[in-house]
Amino acid sequence: MWKFSIRRIMIMIPQVILLSIIVFMLAKMMPGDALTGLIDPNVDPNTIAEKREELGLNDPWYEQYTRWVAGVFTGDLGQSFHFKMPVSELVWQRIVNSFWLSLLTLVLTYLIAIPLGITSGRYNDSWADRLITGYTYIGFAAPLFIFALVMLWIFGFHLGWFPTGGSVKPGLTPGTFEYVMSKLYHMLLPALSMALITTVSTVQYLRSEIIDTKQKDFILTARAKGASESRVYNRHILRNSLLPIAAFFGYEITGLIGGSIFIENIFGYPGMGQLFLNSILLRDYSVVTSLVLLFGILTILGTLLSDIILSLVDPRIRIK
Amino acid sequence: MSEPILKIDNLRTSFRIKDDYYPAVDGVSLTVNKNELLAIVGESGCGKSALAFSIMNLHSRAKIEGNIDFKGQNIANLPTSKLNKLRGKDMGMIFQDPLTALNPLMIIGEQIGEILLIHGTNSAEKRKERVLELLNKVGIPRPEHVFNQFPHELSGGMRQRVVIAMAIANNPELLIADEPTTSLDVTIQSQILDLIKELKEESGAGVILITHDLGVVAEMADRVAVMYAGQIVEIADVYTLFENPLHPYTRSLLNSVPTANEEQSTLHVIQGVVPALQNLPREGCRFGARIPWIADSAHEKNPQLHEVSPGHFVRCTCYKDFHFPDRDKEGNRHVVS
Ligand SMILES: Nc1ncnc2c1ncn2[C@@H]1O[C@H](COP(=O)(O)OP(=O)(O)O)[C@@H](O)[C@H]1O
Ligand code: SF4
Ligand SMILES: [Mg+2]
Repeated sequence: MWKFSIRRIMIMIPQVILLSIIVFMLAKMMPGDALTGLIDPNVDPNTIAEKREELGLNDPWYEQYTRWVAGVFTGDLGQSFHFKMPVSELVWQRIVNSFWLSLLTLVLTYLIAIPLGITSGRYNDSWADRLITGYTYIGFAAPLFIFALVMLWIFGFHLGWFPTGGSVKPGLTPGTFEYVMSKLYHMLLPALSMALITTVSTVQYLRSEIIDTKQKDFILTARAKGASESRVYNRHILRNSLLPIAAFFGYEITGLIGGSIFIENIFGYPGMGQLFLNSILLRDYSVVTSLVLLFGILTILGTLLSDIILSLVDPRIRIK
Repeated sequence: MSEPILKIDNLRTSFRIKDDYYPAVDGVSLTVNKNELLAIVGESGCGKSALAFSIMNLHSRAKIEGNIDFKGQNIANLPTSKLNKLRGKDMGMIFQDPLTALNPLMIIGEQIGEILLIHGTNSAEKRKERVLELLNKVGIPRPEHVFNQFPHELSGGMRQRVVIAMAIANNPELLIADEPTTSLDVTIQSQILDLIKELKEESGAGVILITHDLGVVAEMADRVAVMYAGQIVEIADVYTLFENPLHPYTRSLLNSVPTANEEQSTLHVIQGVVPALQNLPREGCRFGARIPWIADSAHEKNPQLHEVSPGHFVRCTCYKDFHFPDRDKEGNRHVVS
């Protein structure tokens, strides 16, 4: 197990290095640089050139890259030219918001997926199964941002059950019960909108896993032992079907990153997804670069997590 | 004196294909006695597994008709709750493929222990003790170690031993082995068969051994039933069957194909394969189509099992029209003196 994890983490290192180089190159290739959005175009070009030299923007790329990487390691992601504050500080605020929103989304995703997947798989071809499968097809077909807009319109604007923006009601003291409840209240609609869509893949996965396991030979063995239907189901079918779902968890995180970009922008939720889109529009490229790097690392970590979970729960991998 | 433990009477097991039911086992009657090993032979697809699974009602969707008397009660279509008291206790099953028959996520000790737990061994200590005893009995070295291993850590032969340990855990009176060695290495096969025979001798259980290997039959069986297309075409004790096989199908399995008549001495071969379930002829002989060299008039309209000598049954009477070079028309060997 330890061997496996360590080897798996070692594989990660070149992935991260590669990612950082790609991100850096992309940032350099973006039209305009840090100064373009910052400086009044009427300023004397000589001054700009000086400024460039001063900031090291004329150095060879590998020098700039090393400087950048060294910065990243010391927590210095540069300055946001738009917000006029260190990117690390800016990102940190947003990360916390995004973290809670993602956590709630994940919890809701599984709260929906597990009972639906189990019902659908256990009683496949029943009317309940048809209903659930129907829902998953709709979920697959409906684009997240359109669905989220519809949810926002119905429950936010039309019915007024949920706030339509922000992450907390202004004027509350952080740490109080009201503050926490208000945060939760603000997260609920975006999280639910996302969960309802992203959960369908987990539902389908669980369903097909269960249907597949039901037909395995060892289920017949269990029946031949005289095991009751509930025992066969809980001990053999369910246990063996939930395993790949556990491994799916890490990939789920990866999916959340993409989803959060839509969701946070639609619900005006101040998280990383919203910051990302804004920064692109504002050409606040030190922020964009940092976020792309962060998203990339999270994706790699998600995959790592999946592999480690799988190795923990599946003895066939654990041994190797 | 032979005492029947299982009596199957006119069993029909039908599978649903599209909207109709097609019998894969079609009117099988047979008896298994205590301490007797009945072999069922026949080529692939002739309904051997369908028959074996019907006894324990392991088919998920099949229509079962007829009687299956086990220990004095008819267990055909018994409710699952009642059947579960017999499955794994009074009857055990050894499956064909040990690689897939074990739950990959359960340690061996737990898998064997489960069958004890289901049938009332509640103390975990007693279960462990019994599991170790069983592992020892089926010839697994280092039982303490294997107890905590997962199936994938064992070889195919070892896994089949585990499956056998499971099947005999509660000392069943009937053991059904469905091609238990087909998926194993040749060298391992005889070890596993020896083990089954040994366990049978020791426990006095009735055993149904399904195989398509006649070498195995000759070595292991007390009686043999030859199946073709869901029916028994010949059944006899092992000596009679090898000495005096009468049905053309049995003879083809034994590799000595009869010639059509005395004038022609050309060797006729049995052609084709078992037809798919939907395409089986349901009237007349199911086998006729595969021996076109027999005259139409020789076929029986509705071939029945005939008892040609005590305990030796052959479907149809066509054997009388065959010419076996070394036998007379009754199938008796010519004694040349
Ligand atoms: N569950 C099932 N549904 C439909 N047809 C089946 C099913 N199981 C077996 N059959 C068919 O029944 C026939 C007998 O199969 P089987 O008993 O497995 O043969 P054997 O064990 O002798 O090789 C075959 O034609 C097979 O295709
Ligand atoms: S003679 Fe009888 S057993 Fe032989 S092929 Fe014809 S019907 Fe079948
Ligand atoms: Mg078979």
